[in-house]
Amino acid sequence: MADVKEGYLVTEDLVKRFDEAIAVDEVNLSIRQGEIFALLGSSGCGKSTLLRMLAGFEKPSSGRILLGGQDVAGMAPYERPINMMFQSYALFPHLDIWDNVAFGLKREGCPKAEIQQRVGAMLDLVQLTPYARRKPHQLSGGQQQRVALARSLAKKPKLLLLDEPLGALDKKLREQTQFELVNIIEQVGVTCVMVTHDQEEAMTMANRIAVMSKGRVLQVGSPKEIYEFPSSRFVADFIGNVNLFDGKLSVDEADHCAIATSLGEMQVGHGISGSLGMPVTLAVRPEKISIAKQRPAGVDRNLFQGRVKEIAYFGSFNTFIVVTPDGTKVKITEPNGSRHDLLDLTWEDEVFFWWDDTDGVALRD
Amino acid sequence: MHRLLRLLGREFVIGVPFSWLAFFFFLPFLILAYISFVDMGNDIHPFKPLWDSATGVVNLKYENYVSIFRAEGGALFDTLYLESYGRSIKYAFATATLCLAIGYPFAYFLARASAHLRPALLMMVMLPFWTSFLLRVYAWKGILADQGLLNQLLLALGLIAEPIQMLYTDVSMLVGMSYVYLPFMVLPLYANLVKLDYSLLEAAYDLGATPWKAFWLVTVPLSKAGIIAGFMLVFIPALGEFVIPSLLGGPENLMIGRVVWDEMFTANNWPRASALAVVMIGAIVVPLALYYRHRGQAEAQH
Repeated sequence: MADVKEGYLVTEDLVKRFDEAIAVDEVNLSIRQGEIFALLGSSGCGKSTLLRMLAGFEKPSSGRILLGGQDVAGMAPYERPINMMFQSYALFPHLDIWDNVAFGLKREGCPKAEIQQRVGAMLDLVQLTPYARRKPHQLSGGQQQRVALARSLAKKPKLLLLDEPLGALDKKLREQTQFELVNIIEQVGVTCVMVTHDQEEAMTMANRIAVMSKGRVLQVGSPKEIYEFPSSRFVADFIGNVNLFDGKLSVDEADHCAIATSLGEMQVGHGISGSLGMPVTLAVRPEKISIAKQRPAGVDRNLFQGRVKEIAYFGSFNTFIVVTPDGTKVKITEPNGSRHDLLDLTWEDEVFFWWDDTDGVALRD
Repeated sequence: MHRLLRLLGREFVIGVPFSWLAFFFFLPFLILAYISFVDMGNDIHPFKPLWDSATGVVNLKYENYVSIFRAEGGALFDTLYLESYGRSIKYAFATATLCLAIGYPFAYFLARASAHLRPALLMMVMLPFWTSFLLRVYAWKGILADQGLLNQLLLALGLIAEPIQMLYTDVSMLVGMSYVYLPFMVLPLYANLVKLDYSLLEAAYDLGATPWKAFWLVTVPLSKAGIIAGFMLVFIPALGEFVIPSLLGGPENLMIGRVVWDEMFTANNWPRASALAVVMIGAIVVPLALYYRHRGQAEAQH
């Protein structure tokens, strides 16, 4: 967790209740200046409500929102130095692109020359200068998205909010757009909070991610931290693919522990300072697990046997579902890195699979 | 065979409303236009032929039209007819403006009401149609008369010392017309406003527009089509309104509808009455056609 003092945007015990339902439950976040911060969760987890509270469209039931030390929770949306890019873009259909981008500047009462200059610079930034006099409906989805971005950046907001920024684009356009979007945001240097349900989008775009569920923030960290060191079963399961082995803590030292599972004892390369015998779950990512027909030489820990039940070919990698004698299904992915399939595995093959101590994460629930 | 049937079917579907319009609107209009050129002489029968069957000479009486624009011995454009045209336009415009002023907030809150309340509220807008139109207009007589409800209330409250004359004035007439035509303004506006994407208003707030500014810069421009439709739906029938001015208006509120009636049934001058009607239709249709043509071109540009 970041030091609270460096928090540029801070939420303190932020709560939002709708009637009896709690949408956002005591959220404490500290976001650094200039970073792209993602709120990630499935629909109904409270991420959108949190974003709408930052924008000012929802009033917090309790708690504070501090932006650069100033409490903005009581401010109306039109008073906040915060701008938002809407999921639907919400471009004004009756205004052309130029007037859409100029809308916020005109409300500020900027001098005409400054508006001219600023709108021009924004349209240059998103490479839409030739389209300045078109209406929004005459542009493609990707172009509309860039107009929405230019409009939300025109007022030089202290905080930029992105609501599912790529949600309205088709898959092919997404990949290209997300890099573009990050480039522009970093070029401008604005602090940015984005909401998404798409973990890939969050991982590629954000510096840090907050995983949310049921109105609470479960874990905050860089994409790598979230992926490699999930702090809970939910996070491990939500981000990417994972094998979860339930068991009981059998060894617990400062730098390692072991878990007794139905497959046997599993060694873990870190301690969790729990009590022996407590229920613990081991999370191992499918790509961390090796697989082979022959018993690997020199491996004596976290080595198990099973039978290949399913094989799925994804082009750049293969996924195997291996079933152990006790019925546990284990997912294993192997990259297709070589010309010949050295593994030469097929259905119903008896195989060995194994992983390093440091590849698993022990989770207490 | 199958194709033929399908083709016939399609033409039938288009043909029915088309022939309805042709028979009950276009044909009567042609008859009206025909009568407007008839020279009745001293006859009481207006359907006289426009040509002499013996010589084949066509005889159109243009005086029916000329007299609308110039009275005998008077100056051009200084006629009672043009005066009542002008008055009709003024009152119809005032009625449509009043309806817009009252109907817009009305439609706005209707459109913003929660979805399960809307049908009931919409029903209430149309509820007045369930009672007789005449009864409702007469009810206004009871309210606005010198000894009517409103005057008595104001007297009782001590706001006025003696009754104000409201009935048979501009006020009573405009109140009556606005009241009757209000639903025609509310419904198209509602249909338009209910489709307004609320996130556009949020975007406006987000960019620094106060709710009032956002209303004028986003809601109003986006409901332009509804405003125009509502305005037309009120303005056009109000222009030819006959009953309400007769019941609630005074002698100085003479509108064109009443003038046509008088020419038709008092002076028994059908050709003059028809000419008056043709001029009025022209005065409505030509600007409308120009407007739609202009709009069509503007849309074609996009």
